[in-house]
Amino acid sequence: MAVLHFTRALQRHVDAPTEAVDGATVQAALDSYFTRHPEVRGYVVDERGMIRKHVAVFVGPDPIADRDTQSDPVGPETEIHVMQALSGG
Amino acid sequence: MSVLVGTRKGLFAVDRTGTGANAGYGVVATEFLGAPVTAVLDDGRDGTTYAALDHGHFGVKLHRRDAGDAAFREVAVPEYPERPADATDVNPMSNQPVPWALQLLWTLAPGHVDQPGRLWAGTIPGGLFRSDDRGDKWELVRPLWDRPERAEWMGGGYDWGGIHSVSVDPRDPQSVLIGVSIGGVWHSDDDGATWELSTGLRNSYLPPDQAYLPGPQDPHRLDRCGADPDVVWCQHHNGVFRSTDAGRTFTEIEERPPSTFGFAVAAHPHDPATAWFVPAEADEQRIPVDGRMVVSRTRDGGESFEVLGRGLPDRHAYHLVYRHGLAVDSTGERLAMASTTGSLFVSDDAGDTWTHVTSGLPPVACVTWAD
Repeated sequence: MAVLHFTRALQRHVDAPTEAVDGATVQAALDSYFTRHPEVRGYVVDERGMIRKHVAVFVGPDPIADRDTQSDPVGPETEIHVMQALSGG
Repeated sequence: MSVLVGTRKGLFAVDRTGTGANAGYGVVATEFLGAPVTAVLDDGRDGTTYAALDHGHFGVKLHRRDAGDAAFREVAVPEYPERPADATDVNPMSNQPVPWALQLLWTLAPGHVDQPGRLWAGTIPGGLFRSDDRGDKWELVRPLWDRPERAEWMGGGYDWGGIHSVSVDPRDPQSVLIGVSIGGVWHSDDDGATWELSTGLRNSYLPPDQAYLPGPQDPHRLDRCGADPDVVWCQHHNGVFRSTDAGRTFTEIEERPPSTFGFAVAAHPHDPATAWFVPAEADEQRIPVDGRMVVSRTRDGGESFEVLGRGLPDRHAYHLVYRHGLAVDSTGERLAMASTTGSLFVSDDAGDTWTHVTSGLPPVACVTWAD
């Protein structure tokens, strides 16, 4: 299972604990997390399901390539980090 | 009776503090410290407080606090439908496609007293939304969104046009008036099913033959007299206007000392001849005229104005008061005004004299009185 971590900056607004999740893609991993924590969804993706403009998602060391549908593959031991992009100031 | 102040870095509650010689106003509570608060509503119908936040990185959120509760809790935000592949709406200035996604919750307004739970939200880009369950679910008012004129709306200070004023006629829950920057004043008499543009506004920023087109008008803020709902005041980008037919047509008030530019207006809740404005020098110089902070008040329907400055800084004061930065209470006696430089001023005598409560707040977006 992949492990999903959320930036401390987000924890100020909504409780988003680190958890192991199922899913072969980033979208599947996020969806399985949001099923358990629906209140976190709107902080990470917009109403179209796209990663928010100033949120950065890393699979291991690499930023994801597909911010719109998050099709980037996820391995069983992958660490996924949801961060605050510096582009937001 | 307290004042709620929505700022770039949190929501502040201000109330009377101290007694005797120490009596005054002060900050008594804080919420959402660090988060931009873009709209706040104290719903007099049931005592609920709403605060809209713009987290930037993490999107727009809405929080609700029930009457008597100490804490806010998050509720739903308006959601736009998916942008169709063949949509053609673009910003006419930048030519960029209009995002069908919530950028800012700019104003919140209560529905009619006979519609408990009804709320209206004005958003950027250009959305009017309504909720019938106190913000648990929202619905885009599609007949307005689908008007072809929306493609001509331009951003005034923001990248996209937006709705900053929503007013329901106290005599008729079906009658709704909105202000769009930059897209004119619109009214509906059937709860939003059909819409018409109001007339009489004048712009000075387009070629002269387009001055009176009803669409490309920039009403900075609308406010209606509760006791005489036919009377609606408008602080426009380049002038001051008043309507006596519930916002269908407007008449320009050509003289308003010390200037006709500004953002905010507050209509007296009971007296249709009285309103307050916060003038600024001009579009290209958004500071008080001569560095002197003043409020302009009319008590005769705009025939004349008094320039009120007692208690306000009178030299080298560079405050700007945004469109939601001036509020009058339900009695018409108390005013609160707050600026982008973080000062809050309160008057207990309809603007004759002012108390400078604090100059230490973050930049202020909005103020409201909480009964």
